[in-house]
Amino acid sequence: MEAVHAIELRHITKRFGKVVANDGIDLTLDRGEILSLLGENGSGKTTLMNMLSGIYFPDEGEILVQGKSVSIRSPKDAYENGIGMIHQHYKLVDVFTAAENIALGLHAKGRLDLKQVAAGIRKISDQYGFGIDPDKRIYNMSVSEKQTVEIIKVLYRGADILILDEPTAVLTPQETERLFTILRSMRDDGKAIVIITHKLHEVMSLSDRVSVLRKGKYIGTLATAQTSPQALTDMMVGRAVRLNIDRPEPMDPKPRLTVENLTVLDAEGVKRLDGATFTALGGEILGVAGIAGSGQRELLEAIAGLCPATGSVLFTPEGGAPTQLIGKTPMQIKQAGVAMAFVPEDRLGMGLVGGMGMTGNMMLRSWRKGRGAFVDRRDPNALALRVKEELEVVTPSVEFPVRRLSGGNVQKVLVGREIASAPSVLMSAYAVRGLDINTSYTIYHLMTEQKQKGVAVIFVGEDLDVLLELCDRILVLCGGQVSGIVDARHATKEEVGLLMTRTGGKEDGPHA
Amino acid sequence: MNIQTLLLPLIMAAIINGTPLLFGTVGEILSEKAGNLNLGVEGMMYMGGAMGLGAAFYYESLAGTSANGIAAVALALLFSFLGGAAGALIYSFVTITLRANQNVTGLALAIFGTGAGQFIGEYMRVTSGGYVSISLELKTFFENSPFPAFLQDIPVLGPLLFGHNIFVYIGVALAVSMSLFLNRSRAGLCLRAVGESPATADAAGVNVTRYKYLATVIGGGISAIGGMVYITTIAGSVWNHEGLSGEGWLAVALVIFCLWRPLNALWGSVLFGALMILYLRLQLPFIPDQLYKILPYVVTVIVLILTSLRSSKDKQPPASLGAAYFREER
Repeated sequence: MEAVHAIELRHITKRFGKVVANDGIDLTLDRGEILSLLGENGSGKTTLMNMLSGIYFPDEGEILVQGKSVSIRSPKDAYENGIGMIHQHYKLVDVFTAAENIALGLHAKGRLDLKQVAAGIRKISDQYGFGIDPDKRIYNMSVSEKQTVEIIKVLYRGADILILDEPTAVLTPQETERLFTILRSMRDDGKAIVIITHKLHEVMSLSDRVSVLRKGKYIGTLATAQTSPQALTDMMVGRAVRLNIDRPEPMDPKPRLTVENLTVLDAEGVKRLDGATFTALGGEILGVAGIAGSGQRELLEAIAGLCPATGSVLFTPEGGAPTQLIGKTPMQIKQAGVAMAFVPEDRLGMGLVGGMGMTGNMMLRSWRKGRGAFVDRRDPNALALRVKEELEVVTPSVEFPVRRLSGGNVQKVLVGREIASAPSVLMSAYAVRGLDINTSYTIYHLMTEQKQKGVAVIFVGEDLDVLLELCDRILVLCGGQVSGIVDARHATKEEVGLLMTRTGGKEDGPHA
Repeated sequence: MNIQTLLLPLIMAAIINGTPLLFGTVGEILSEKAGNLNLGVEGMMYMGGAMGLGAAFYYESLAGTSANGIAAVALALLFSFLGGAAGALIYSFVTITLRANQNVTGLALAIFGTGAGQFIGEYMRVTSGGYVSISLELKTFFENSPFPAFLQDIPVLGPLLFGHNIFVYIGVALAVSMSLFLNRSRAGLCLRAVGESPATADAAGVNVTRYKYLATVIGGGISAIGGMVYITTIAGSVWNHEGLSGEGWLAVALVIFCLWRPLNALWGSVLFGALMILYLRLQLPFIPDQLYKILPYVVTVIVLILTSLRSSKDKQPPASLGAAYFREER
C-alpha cells in the first residue's frame, strides 16, 4: 500500500436536523484499487460519498486528497480534485447527443466545438472498450449506455477517482459483467474506484477491499479475499434488538391468496418482479423483506390490479370459491375484499387527497354508495369520527385538510380507512416509515388485530427486527425474485439478511 | 403571366402579413426553449406596438421636418423591444422567482399588456387631437423596400427578393441567427439544457435562473417588435382599437407548428400569413370569412396531432416547459 492515500476521510460527521447520517467516519482509498462501500438502506453510504462529490458539506471532519486537506463545496470543486461521481439517477438531457451532454458542463471559453468533444469521447471510448457513439441521442440509448455516458463524462473531465452509486441496480447480469470488466481495467490503469452496493456477490467478485457502514457508523474494513458473505452480513446487519410485539399464534390459517409465477415488467421491459410464487394465509401476517426496490411495490400493485402483470393470483374468500384477480380492474378487486394501504415515499401520493379532510378521504372509498347524483356524506363523516376516536388521530376537526396533519396521523387515517372497509386481504407497505415508536406500535397492534379477525395481512417492512417480531412468516425478495420464505419465529436476522442480498438464490433458502 | 398577376401578389402579401408573426414566434421560441411558456405574447405585442408607434410619432413631432427615417425605424425597434421586455420581466419575476403557474401568469400578461398597450395608444390619440399617425415620408421607410428601384424591377425575382419592407430582412436575419445561437453556441446548448432538464443544467454548473430570465426577457422583446411591425406595415401606422386582433395567439400556435425551430418559422410564418389573408384573395362566395380565419389554428391542431402520433422525441416541446425549477433541499 502506498504511503499517500488517494483519499483519506478523517472523522467525517454529517447531520440532517437531529438525524446523524454519518457519525465520525474514517476511510481510506488508494490508487489501483476498487473499494466496496457496503451497508443497508439508510446506513449513510450515499451521504458519505456525496460529501466527496460536492453535494453535501461535512459538519465535522477532514477530507484529504493525495495527502492534502481539501474543501469540496460543489461538484466543480470535486472535479478539480479529480473526483467524479456517477449517481444512481443519471443527470443527462434526453434529447441531446452524448457529445452535447458531455460538453454541457465544460466551462471552456470560445466557440463550442462538438467535433473536438466527440473526438475526445472516442479516444476514451476506445481506451476502455465502451463502444459509445458520441452523436447518438440519449433517448435512443439503453440504460447501460446511459450509464456509460455518465462514466465517460466523468473521465472526460479528468477524474481519476470514481465513485459509483449502486451502478448495477438497473443493469442486466450481462451488462453488469461488462461494467465490471471495464472497472477492473480502469483499476489496473491506476484509478481509484469506490462502488456503493448492498449486493454481496458483487462485493466478493469485484472489490479489493470492503468497508461496512451500519446506521451511519463505520464498522470496519476488510480485505475481500479474507472475508466471507456471512461475516459481511453480520457486520452489515448487526445484532438483533428485541422489541416485544405481542404475537398470537395464527388461528385456523387457510389459503387466502395463492400467487403463482407473478411477473411484472416496467416501461423499459426490465423484470421488476420475476416469477413470484407464494401463498398468503388468512389469519397470519406475511412479512415482505427486501432491499428497497427489490419488487415490493410491484408485488402489491400487481395484486391490487394497479399495474399490468402476468401469472396467477387466486383469491379465495371466506368459505367461497377461488377467483382469478389478474385481469380484473382495481375496482373489481377492491370489491372482492382486497384492500391496500400502500404508503409510498410520498405519503399522500397514492392513498389520500391532501387538500381534503378526513371525511372527504373516507368518501373516496364509498362515493359510489350515494343515491342519485348526490354523494352520501353522513356515513363517511361517522366513519371519520370513529377513526379519529379509535386511532387517536390528532386533528382539529375531521374536515381539516389531511395534508397539514403530521406523518403519523396521516398514516393512521390511511390505515384506519382501509381497515374500516372490512377487507379479507390487507396489504401495507412501509406503514411505519417516519413514525415515532408509539404510533408504530399502534399500527402493529392494528395489523395483529386484523390478523386475529382472519384477515390475510401482507406487511412490507424495512426494519428486519420488526418483521421478525411482528410477522408469522417472512417472504424475502431480492432483485424481483422470491429468494426465500422463512418462519419468522425461528429465523435469525442473519438468515434474512443473507437472502436479501442473494439474487436468484432459491435453491437452498430455508423454506418454512 | 399567371404567376405575375395571381400568385406573386399573394406571396408578397403573405410575406408582409407573416412578418409580425415571425418576430412573435422567434421571440417565443427563445422563451420556450428555456422552459418558459409565456402565453402573454399578445399582450407584449400590444405593448410593443404602442411603444414602437409612439417612439416614431413623438420623434417626428420633436424633430419636425428634419426627421430621419432610419432613426425613426431604429427608435421604433428599440422602444417596441423595451415595451415587450418590460412585460416579460414582470412575467419572469412572477414565474421564475416566485414560481407561480406559467399558464395563469401568461394569460394575465396577455390581458394586462393589451390594456397597457391600449392605454398608451389611446393616450397618444387623445392628446394629439384624436388621430395618431406618422407622416407619409416617414411611412415609406417603414413600408417600402430599402433596395434601389432597379433591383426591384427585375421580373418575378426582383419583388420576391428585394421588394419587401426592411422588417422582413431583419426578421429573416433574426431567425437564422437564433437558429445558429440555439444549435451551435455554448450558451445555446446551456439554454436548451435549462429548458429540457434544469436539474441537469444546474448540476453542470449552469445558472438556471439567469438563463431563464434572459431568455424570457429578450424573447419577450423580440415578440413585441412583431406588434410594432404589424402597426407600421399592415395597419398603416395608425393606432386603432382593434389593434392586433390575435396576432400574439397565432404566434403561440406557430411556435408549436414550427416544432420549436426558428428556421421552420421562416416558412411557417409565410404560410400562416397566407392563410390569414386567403379570404381577401381567394374568396369563394359560399364560405364565410370566419371559416378562412380559423385556418391557421386548424393547421396547428393537425400538426399537433401528427407530431404526437409520431411520438418522435425530437419534435416534442422542451421537456420542462411550463415547470418552475427550484433546487430541492434534501
